[in-house]
Amino acid sequence: MKRQKMIMISRRDVMYLFGGVASTALFSNYALANPNLALKRIKEISKNNVEESDLFLDVPEIAENGNQVKVSFDIDSPMTNEDFVKTVYLLADGNPAPNVAKFSFSTDMGACSATTRMRLSKTQNVYLLAEYNNGKFAMTKSKVKVTIGGCGG
Amino acid sequence: MSKIKPRGKVPKKASVDEIIEIKTLIRHPMHSGRMKDKNGKNIPKRIINKFLVKFNGKQVFVMDLEPSISTNPYIAFPYKAKETGTFDFEWTDDNGEKYTMSRKMTVS
Repeated sequence: MKRQKMIMISRRDVMYLFGGVASTALFSNYALANPNLALKRIKEISKNNVEESDLFLDVPEIAENGNQVKVSFDIDSPMTNEDFVKTVYLLADGNPAPNVAKFSFSTDMGACSATTRMRLSKTQNVYLLAEYNNGKFAMTKSKVKVTIGGCGG
Repeated sequence: MSKIKPRGKVPKKASVDEIIEIKTLIRHPMHSGRMKDKNGKNIPKRIINKFLVKFNGKQVFVMDLEPSISTNPYIAFPYKAKETGTFDFEWTDDNGEKYTMSRKMTVS
């Protein structure tokens, strides 16, 4: 009869194992908590006075080519002299620089929307920050999965 | 390098208070400063950094562009038609050059 070799696991080994798992989890957490430049920039612009809102930001869920990602937004505003959107910022948290574009609107436009194309280097969040004429800020974000990055290199 | 050429689409006719959509595109490489050429050398940064729209001389829309905007920047935006006039579009390059284009619109 063939003798099977038993692997003995002592209590001490188990403790080592758990310790290892715990520390890996801890360190990976640290690695993930890198500073989000886009959020930092949003705080800088809005002086930490921003509300999450459901502005309409249209980005694809999956972008096959990060070189040309169509972005459009539409903000519901009457665009009168009393109530209008002054500036809209577009930011991305995974690109080498968080700023993407700044749109300065005027009441002559009648609506607050625009479309452009942007580069995305990897899967990341795209942020939209709107500044109203009364000094209020609103933001929204949307995640885009990128198959091929678009920032060269 | 291909020639830098602006293009735009503005409706020729519009009715009063109609919100029209203006589409523009400029052929420009938008070198972000991070891309490398065939020999592995860095291509220096050169982008369109500003896009400005005037209607009958009055500024109506400005966009500040960063390197994260794609090659051949496409920009579309709305405008509420009130009177007949001319749109003047102006793109500013990093090297200081300006590319311009005008389009007429009749409002009835």
